[in-house]
Amino acid sequence: MAKAFTPGLKVSARTGYRARRVLPIAGDVVVKVGDRVGADAVVAQTFMEGDAFPIRAANLMGANPKDLPSLMLVKVGERVTKDMPIARSKGIFGMMRTDVKSSADGTLESVSDSTGMVIVRGPAQPVAVRAYIAGDVVEVLPSEGVVVENAVALVQGIFGVGGETHGLLAMACAAAGETLDEKHVTPAMKDAIVVGGARMTAGAIRKAKAVGAAAIVSGGIDDQDLRDFLGHDIGVAVTGSEKLGITIIVTEGFGDIAMAQRTFALLGGHAGRMASVNGATQIRAGVMRPEIVIPLEDGRGGAGESAAAGGAVAGVLEIGTPVRVIRDPHFGVLGTVAALPEQPAVLGSGSKARVLEVSMPDGRRITVPRANVELIEG
Amino acid sequence: MSLPHAAKSPPPPDRIQVIVATDCGSTTTKAILIECVDGHYRQTQRGEAPTTVEEPFADVTLGVTNSVTELQELSGRRLIADDGTVIRRTSPTDPDGCDVYISTSSAGGGLQMMVAGVVRQMTAESAKRAALGAGAIVMDTIASNDQRKPYEQIQRIRELRPDMVLLSGGTDGGDQKKVVELAELIAPAKPRPRFGGEYQLPVIFAGNKDAAPAVQRVFGQGFDLSVVPNLRPTLEQENLGPARDRIHDVFLEHVMAHAPGYDKLIAWADAPIMPTPGAVGDILQTIARKRGINAVGVDIGGATTDVFSVFDGAFNRTVSANLGMSYSISNVCAEATMPRILRWVHLPMDERELRNRVKNKMIRPTTIPQTLEALVFEQAVAREALRLSYEQHKAFATTLKGVQQQRTVGDAFSQAAAGATLVDNMKLDLLVASGGVLSHAPRMEQTALMLIDSFEPEGFTELAKDSIFMMPHLGVLASVHPDAAMEVFEKDCLIYLGTCVAPRGQGKAGKPCFAWELRGAVNAKGTMNVGDMQLVPLAHDAQCEMTVTPEKGFDMGAGPGKAVTRTVRGGTVGLILDARGRAIEVPGEEGARRATIQRWLDALSVYE
Repeated sequence: MAKAFTPGLKVSARTGYRARRVLPIAGDVVVKVGDRVGADAVVAQTFMEGDAFPIRAANLMGANPKDLPSLMLVKVGERVTKDMPIARSKGIFGMMRTDVKSSADGTLESVSDSTGMVIVRGPAQPVAVRAYIAGDVVEVLPSEGVVVENAVALVQGIFGVGGETHGLLAMACAAAGETLDEKHVTPAMKDAIVVGGARMTAGAIRKAKAVGAAAIVSGGIDDQDLRDFLGHDIGVAVTGSEKLGITIIVTEGFGDIAMAQRTFALLGGHAGRMASVNGATQIRAGVMRPEIVIPLEDGRGGAGESAAAGGAVAGVLEIGTPVRVIRDPHFGVLGTVAALPEQPAVLGSGSKARVLEVSMPDGRRITVPRANVELIEG
Repeated sequence: MSLPHAAKSPPPPDRIQVIVATDCGSTTTKAILIECVDGHYRQTQRGEAPTTVEEPFADVTLGVTNSVTELQELSGRRLIADDGTVIRRTSPTDPDGCDVYISTSSAGGGLQMMVAGVVRQMTAESAKRAALGAGAIVMDTIASNDQRKPYEQIQRIRELRPDMVLLSGGTDGGDQKKVVELAELIAPAKPRPRFGGEYQLPVIFAGNKDAAPAVQRVFGQGFDLSVVPNLRPTLEQENLGPARDRIHDVFLEHVMAHAPGYDKLIAWADAPIMPTPGAVGDILQTIARKRGINAVGVDIGGATTDVFSVFDGAFNRTVSANLGMSYSISNVCAEATMPRILRWVHLPMDERELRNRVKNKMIRPTTIPQTLEALVFEQAVAREALRLSYEQHKAFATTLKGVQQQRTVGDAFSQAAAGATLVDNMKLDLLVASGGVLSHAPRMEQTALMLIDSFEPEGFTELAKDSIFMMPHLGVLASVHPDAAMEVFEKDCLIYLGTCVAPRGQGKAGKPCFAWELRGAVNAKGTMNVGDMQLVPLAHDAQCEMTVTPEKGFDMGAGPGKAVTRTVRGGTVGLILDARGRAIEVPGEEGARRATIQRWLDALSVYE
């Protein structure tokens, strides 16, 4: 029988965390099982094949493509440098010869006698993968990378921009409901993960970047402020490759919304500790949420604990389950499931949908579609 | 006694009485049961379950088993064996199992292709048409004249992770150099396949046949090259069939075979697994051919919108990537702009607040509107997503470009030219809607008005919706039992909303637009003024003779001011008389705009 799950975001005081760190192509793993690594440590490295530079050599010399191999000054596989002559036309009685120069440093890869095209392969690019979190190497994936494990406190955000970074957690707001403004951000927060409460303002983001903070985390953000900072609108939520100089993570959503008290308390409890964050968000098949990972041990601590690795979690809705309402008109409301009626109900929109009742901390109850809540996972 | 194993080829149609079909979507696997009852094929049960192609399950057949188990529970017929496979019947009297199991799939992002051709408007466009027609998402189209420098093209190819590449270029017997050059750009870029680093990237060559040996040399190692007949053998001729068939084969042999659990699914099914959009295209072509009509189908999803059209037998499909109602809703707002979306809204709304709500829907795509205000806004976004998708479709579904036309003196005054769109709203007979925002709208009137506002049909156009998104299942069923597919399509798949009656033209608001008269199931007549809408109830199984006499300046298909008589079909909404003119325009002044929208909504009882 099929089961219905409701997605949720992980907010955990302690969990096993395994970071799978692999190269995009085969390479060398430079650590071994049992090694203790820091977040910055290189664990695997390789060289990516360089860019290919096509040159229409026969065309440039006014020669027949079939004659190109005999006009080459360099053999396939030999090194070339930028502007070095690599082919020369016969000219007229040996005069008025035309040289074809390489458009890049690299190696001559191919010479085509059917199209007259020459390909120069640029120098290989070094690629290194770092550990991302401090912990122990528990597995080596030969020629690929490693798995680093540790016991961590883990907070999944709902949306982020910018990639992986790390720094000390710095609490900038005194309460989960406090707006993170520029006055909260100080020069002492250089290289830190700045943690606010409710919405982060445009001024706070600008100042955090100006002081050199590694990341800024808060409950919400205004769409207009994000657009202004990025310089463009985000049409589809596939992020992480932005080069912004700072990683931004929101834990709840867009608009004026307070960080969940539990999340705020968890982060506050680790103020001053080193944390790794990643703003990469991918809301497609294979969903990926941004995360704040706080290693709890200096060494191995994850063994035997349930391991989290990225993606959102899913759980079953039951009476008493803590949930967050994720759509207007009750967006952001936190509570527990009070009733799960079997029969679909007619909503204010006129649609029929399965609903649940949420009991709020003040004792009031609201009815919302089941699709409009998410679990608050421990 | 029933056997839990799969036959590799389906039984003959006269032996098929019980059919199980599944569509493995990105998030949900939908199963339907079709049974022959008293000599008629009907869809009798449906079930669904989460798709299980991703971790932690990583086996698509688990979702299939779950969804078919729902069919089993609802029908009382045992369909799933103890080992989870679909049971086949051994005799016509066997109470358990089915005669045929078939499936489509778009799980894991569907089929993603890169296409390349020498000239962007000619062979590259034909290659794109072949890929889209086969049900693919085209990630990029590389052409010798696409304005990018060769190294930029190579960079782009390196970034992509396609499932396969379709390369075309040159007419048979024509220039070979350009297409070989293209091959020489693609090969060193070494695009890596999306699934599995081990298997070789499939490349299909469908270009100048004389260039095939040189292309084979270029793709010598590291690629799985197959050569099929040229998809543009002459400039005047497009031959997409062989390339499309090969795409389907490669999809099964490589892409599906590397997706988790698909080796089992392929073995279970009695017919090749089809990409979901390819199956939808097939059923739309089948109905257009059998009824002798022109048809447009639209499927608006969370991430993309597919538009299919058949005009005078010519089939086209487009995928508007990033025009959708959840994952891509923010992109719709960016492309359409908020003022164009809000022109359809009759309630006061705060734009800044709406922008945050749009982003919240984007990051939590499975939520549904709870309030009327939220529904009205989503349906306004849908109108613009559909309008933009249809515009893209019209620009793509054209006659062949690059063809020399023989013209007479009379043609010199005609606007028709090579590359003209095939889409003609006046000739459109049937518009079929599917996708959550259209299929699950609380009132059919909402679906009908969303379709009319965004597609702006002209003349007489039947409107219908796919009841439970059954078209993919019926598309693949058409390959094993076309008559059963047609019967279920007409009886169970389509819900007819009614007929839209709308003359082409523009006039001053309040002035006469057309007169109408109905004879038959309903006898009535009246007149319509420019800017008005009216609903005439006409039951879904009722038909009438209708005469429409447009005013000068308005056209119902016979020319400006000329009367037209047609048989019109009713539906769950009825007959919709639309005198707003084409293109539909709303007043610029805010108060007048909201009053006008309110009047149109009231005329059709859209939000009652």
